[in-house]
Amino acid sequence: MNSALLRMIAGRLASAALLLLLVAAVTFALIHAAPGGPFASDRAVSAEVEAALNAQYRLDQPLPAQFFAYLGQALQGNFGPSYRYPGRTVSELIIAGLPATLELACYALLLALLIGIVAGSLAARRPGSAADQLSMGLALLGICLPAFVLGPLLVLVFGVYLEWLPVSGWGELAGDKWLPTVTLAAGYCAYIARLTRAGLCQQLSQPYIITARSKGLSELAIIVHHALRGALLPVVAYLGPACAGLIAGSFVVETIFQIPGIGRFYIQAAFNRDYTLIMALTLFFAALIIFFNLLADLVALWLDPRQREALS
Amino acid sequence: MTGKLATSAALWLLATITAVCLLAPWLAPYDPSAQNLLLGAQPPSLQHWLGTDSFGRDLLSRLLHGGRLSMLIGLCATAVALLLGVSWGATAGFVGGRTDALMMRVVDALYALPFVMFVVLLMVVFGRSLALLFIAIGAVEWLTMARIVRAQVRALKQSEFVEAARCIGLSNRQILWRHVLPNCSGPIIVYTTLTIPSVMLLEAFLSFLGLGVQPPQSSWGALISQGVETMEEYPWLLLYPAAALTTTLLCLNLLGDQLRDWLENSSPGGAA
Repeated sequence: MNSALLRMIAGRLASAALLLLLVAAVTFALIHAAPGGPFASDRAVSAEVEAALNAQYRLDQPLPAQFFAYLGQALQGNFGPSYRYPGRTVSELIIAGLPATLELACYALLLALLIGIVAGSLAARRPGSAADQLSMGLALLGICLPAFVLGPLLVLVFGVYLEWLPVSGWGELAGDKWLPTVTLAAGYCAYIARLTRAGLCQQLSQPYIITARSKGLSELAIIVHHALRGALLPVVAYLGPACAGLIAGSFVVETIFQIPGIGRFYIQAAFNRDYTLIMALTLFFAALIIFFNLLADLVALWLDPRQREALS
Repeated sequence: MTGKLATSAALWLLATITAVCLLAPWLAPYDPSAQNLLLGAQPPSLQHWLGTDSFGRDLLSRLLHGGRLSMLIGLCATAVALLLGVSWGATAGFVGGRTDALMMRVVDALYALPFVMFVVLLMVVFGRSLALLFIAIGAVEWLTMARIVRAQVRALKQSEFVEAARCIGLSNRQILWRHVLPNCSGPIIVYTTLTIPSVMLLEAFLSFLGLGVQPPQSSWGALISQGVETMEEYPWLLLYPAAALTTTLLCLNLLGDQLRDWLENSSPGGAA
């Protein structure tokens, strides 16, 4: 059983490495297909200076050579200097932006899980009741209100009109983490509530719940101790893709609230053609997504004995 | 009961919004890009029902024209996703065996990729053309469709009418197109309905970041992005485009969910 688990993890890690190589190749090809290099149009420099710059950043070598040189260095944790922020390495930039992004994503995910699971459970207790219709209506609204609409609306109401919370920033003023967190969490909260409700409705009609009821357990104990474990499987399966979504969400939320995280860096790097920064961020995000997909699968294994048996 | 009412309300609202937007060139009261700098940004009034922006452009006209573009992109990109997803999924499911395993591994691998980032890169690298926009969006959204169609085709392949068709000597292609795929139309239609809102959302997301539709053209996402810049002084420039996008997405999702429920209830085990 344990060796089967190890073999599965090893297999997944191997395919993850392959995927990352693929991501690197595709990103590299895309960036180099772009018209205009990083030093192309800014200001006119003499031919010698441009050649020297190109030589320094290895832009004068053939593409495959550049690619493998890059990979070799990346494996040693050296992603090179940023093209647009001279004197700073890409690793420095990512490390500077990472805490804010990770903190935002964690808060948003925790808030979404908490509210989503509670709302989904309340809805599933009595399908068709007012609580069910209210929470599912709100969930539908949450799915249809993208972060770039919800964020500005929240800023307008709570920041500008009511003046309860700061309108931008991260960790500078008291309470400035609330609006970005809520903005990023809303959509996930909605999906998690729907998935929890669907899973719980299915579980609550199972024979083992009838057994638990006939033993005289309270409704709360039945849901929390028995039904939720099975009902949360779809939610866990959703968390892998949700991680990818959180990253895309961080592009928008960090732009709206002017948070100096790596999501905003990515958009700026894309506009600036900052090759090295784009490459490193793409690889980093891809690794993160692959890691979370694996993690979600492992949690599902832990929750579901049937999957464990199928494995061995 | 309330579900039925909500569904028909959503259907009518959606039909109205779609018709009004598609007929924008004839219905819009003003030229959407005609500037009137002396007028400037005005709140809603009788002349300009939804007000004007800081260049004095009529918001209602811009909203209608923008909606037209948003919907056209939504439909075109969904068509791309439909084409890719159905042909990929149907081939994998029908051929089966090693081809199937390989094709589905590709889909699984693509699921794990940061696709939104590739779309961002594509738009940055190859300029921001409309054709590229809907191809890029369609290329992201076909994966789930492929999975659904494959599951359906695999199930239908075992059925008696396929065997019968094979007995009368039809080729694989004829069996697939004339007999198998029409029987998958339910799930395909349902999932298409649910793809349109996610495609429109992705377009709005890109336009909001400045990577989608470019001026002088405009879409709801681009209008929202412009509205955000001046929302403290001129909130209507944010509120109306946001309401238009959200209402449309809400209607589409309501309809898609309802269709799925009907399908699941009418054919037990039929939906993927």
